Amino acid sequence: MSASARPIANTRSAAGIPTGKLAVWWVVASEIVIFGGLLAAYVMHRLAHDAWSVQAAHTNTWIGAFNTMVLLTSSLSAVLAHQAAERGDGPKAARLLGATMIGALTFLAVKAFEWTEEISHGFTITSSTFWSFYYTAAGLHASHVIAGAILMAWVAKDAAKNLELHRVELIGIYWHFVDIVWIFLFPLLYIAK
Amino acid sequence: MAEHVAPHHHEEHAHHEEGFVRKYFFSTDHKIIAMQYMFTGMAMGLIGAFFAYAFNMQLAFPGIEVPGYGMVSAARYNALVTNHGTIMIFWVAMPVLLAAFGNYLIPLMLGCDDMVFPKINRLSYQIFLLSALVLIASFFVPGGGFAGAWTAYPPLSAKPEYNLTPLGASFWIVAVGLEFVAFLLGGINFITTAMNSRAPGMKLYDVPMVIWMLVIASILFMCSVGPLLAGAIMLFMDQNVGTAFFDPDRGGDPILWQHLFWFFGHPEVYVVLLPTVGIVAEIITVFARKKLFAYRTVLYTVFGTGVLSFTVWAHHQFIAGIDPRMAHIFTVTTLLISIPIAEMMFIYIATLYGGSITFSVPMLWALAFIGEFLIGGVTGIFLGASGADIYFHDTYFVLAHFHYTFFPITIIGFYAGFTFWFPKMFGKMMDERLGKIHFWGTIIPFNLIFIPLFVLGAAGQHRRIYDYRNFPDLSQPWMWNTRHLIAAAVVTMLAFQVVFFINLFKSLASGRKAPKNPWHANTLEWTAESPPPHGNWAELPRVYRGPYEYSVPGRKQDYWPQNEPA
Amino acid sequence: MSDHAAHHPINYVRIWFILVALLIVSVAGPMLGHPIITLITAFGIACVKAVMVARNFMHINLEQRYISYVIITVLVFVFLFFAGTSPDVMKAEGSGWVKPSWQAAASAANASEGGAAHH
Repeated sequence: MSASARPIANTRSAAGIPTGKLAVWWVVASEIVIFGGLLAAYVMHRLAHDAWSVQAAHTNTWIGAFNTMVLLTSSLSAVLAHQAAERGDGPKAARLLGATMIGALTFLAVKAFEWTEEISHGFTITSSTFWSFYYTAAGLHASHVIAGAILMAWVAKDAAKNLELHRVELIGIYWHFVDIVWIFLFPLLYIAK
Repeated sequence: MAEHVAPHHHEEHAHHEEGFVRKYFFSTDHKIIAMQYMFTGMAMGLIGAFFAYAFNMQLAFPGIEVPGYGMVSAARYNALVTNHGTIMIFWVAMPVLLAAFGNYLIPLMLGCDDMVFPKINRLSYQIFLLSALVLIASFFVPGGGFAGAWTAYPPLSAKPEYNLTPLGASFWIVAVGLEFVAFLLGGINFITTAMNSRAPGMKLYDVPMVIWMLVIASILFMCSVGPLLAGAIMLFMDQNVGTAFFDPDRGGDPILWQHLFWFFGHPEVYVVLLPTVGIVAEIITVFARKKLFAYRTVLYTVFGTGVLSFTVWAHHQFIAGIDPRMAHIFTVTTLLISIPIAEMMFIYIATLYGGSITFSVPMLWALAFIGEFLIGGVTGIFLGASGADIYFHDTYFVLAHFHYTFFPITIIGFYAGFTFWFPKMFGKMMDERLGKIHFWGTIIPFNLIFIPLFVLGAAGQHRRIYDYRNFPDLSQPWMWNTRHLIAAAVVTMLAFQVVFFINLFKSLASGRKAPKNPWHANTLEWTAESPPPHGNWAELPRVYRGPYEYSVPGRKQDYWPQNEPA
Repeated sequence: MSDHAAHHPINYVRIWFILVALLIVSVAGPMLGHPIITLITAFGIACVKAVMVARNFMHINLEQRYISYVIITVLVFVFLFFAGTSPDVMKAEGSGWVKPSWQAAASAANASEGGAAHH
């Protein structure tokens, strides 16, 4: 898709912010309510069910911490990609986005390993409502990681050819949001047991 | 501004003639997408109306085969009312009022050539169409369409042994979820376009009220649908994976679903109300030749209503056993929210006062909206007071209340907007006489259907009962007579919709050719061709004043288009 | 292209180090054994990290003001949802209803001594 097919409407900025960025922030706002609703429901249940601490003891804090670090690092590479794009260096931005995607894949691989372990120990999604929330919340988050990685690949492909560099920042904003959701999921599911 | 005869090409869109399929099925043009939403919504409306016919006949003549449908068993009855409600709200009101009018009007009234993200716009329609197809598919799976009520409370909605429609229930959730995603995508387009793409010279207070309403409605939707999307995932898992999010026997809570649903459900009614309120504003100013009274007050009132709408949701749950202290709070907020809405109705009346009124067909619909919605609004006050609601909840009083709000919003709003903008959309004029016949043939039966329902509801008629012969108290002769009257009114009202379709097809085929500005209105869409070409104008307009400069003293013309230089 | 020149002095790697350090503190928190400290380190630090990412990586403080207002508003809505829903969801019984399995679980937890210190 080339820039010349863009409607004039897309190029106006009466609100003082480029259109794409405005849109991404609104996406983030609506996603906050989606995750917020799910996590609020979890917190209500967790506070009311002290006995869930028995189940929660079985989540692996070290794996969770490792994954947190993976995501934080991927956010670093995403913002460095933005910096490179700002300087007009599309190929470098693409490489850094690639590093972010590797972070995403690492996160997913670790999660897959973690869940396999837990399921083989009998902690399935139906074994207790704690685990239902655990898998649903982390699963919803993981689906956003996957979607983000796919979009990122598409942006990186264009960026490598020095095209549509402004999108590097946009996918970065989305990615940092996904990171922030995990920043809250981590203590909820792994620390505050 | 000099109006060029627009060559139908835009420098940026080097056009070869598009094939029929590409032009109408894969278009990224906001006007085509608007029409796609409009006609899909209308088609779904016919299905929803047919379901209403079927269950009304069952209620009036229980145990007798309904002509054109067949026997309505208890299970089928539940499926009919569930899907009637679901379709009318999610597949008629939302696409027609928000998506269709929004897509059509936002770029045109703001003076730009399209939405800011045309391809995402197209994607949103495609996902919406998929959602409609999934819902229709649910009617044909074993067990039939979902029968757990449009509010889908667990355990009825979660356990197949209760709702008897396990496959239908899952299809339903997937359809609703897809619909939400489609509207989230569409909403991003609306908000971003409206915020960023205004014509040069158009200040925030020069934006036509309907655009503000569409944008605020989109914002309300985006901020409220989240918890229900989460809840839908949870319910789907309860149905299919065996989780127990809403099962109190295994650590869940069914009331959680109710809160998740209504946290969205209440702002949702304002999501559909606001576009209609905006459409009515546009119509009454044009046909009273008067400026909108207190534009800024209306705007701030709508902001206030939007915020307040997030604080009233549990009035749907007063007798569900919620904490009584919360019931107090929600009563207060619910009664409070009636104030800004009432204020807006008064402002509309003030707008009409002293105006030079023409009773065109769109104006008739707009005036009907004000009158009928008022009835809906004041009856809501009885329900918003938790004490009175203990009696009224789950009776037909509630049903009459929400039909006196939803019907004006959806049906009257649709006809008002459609008859008003038809000349612009299709380049032809509709037949006024047929329009008036259709109008009266809809409004009179509508009131004959729903006023008696207030009376029946106050007499104790419960909702969601398929055969009142099983309830001696609700089987008194006068009640049966009333139900017969209502059924006759339903059939009459549906029959008069044929007049609309005759008018529609006749006008499309051989209606009088429409000029650019048949109503002598001020807003920018009336400066484009009827219908506008791809790209809307050869040269995008510039704006010099607000949208409601009608009957300005000292001017010869009683209107002053926004794009005319001073 | 944008007015982001002001932020280039931010050293992203330095921010990353701080975030990782905070992560380590939050993991170490429960090891001190005190529930209140755990809560502060876990959630307090999560909030700090979230704000740091929002400011330094998403540059929310450099955007137009209304972006921050939108984000804060939706967060308020989430809290509103929690406030309106938790009085019902967090109880094991209410006006005219009980959740038997919740009551059973609660009394089982009380019967076995020492509420929270299972691990």
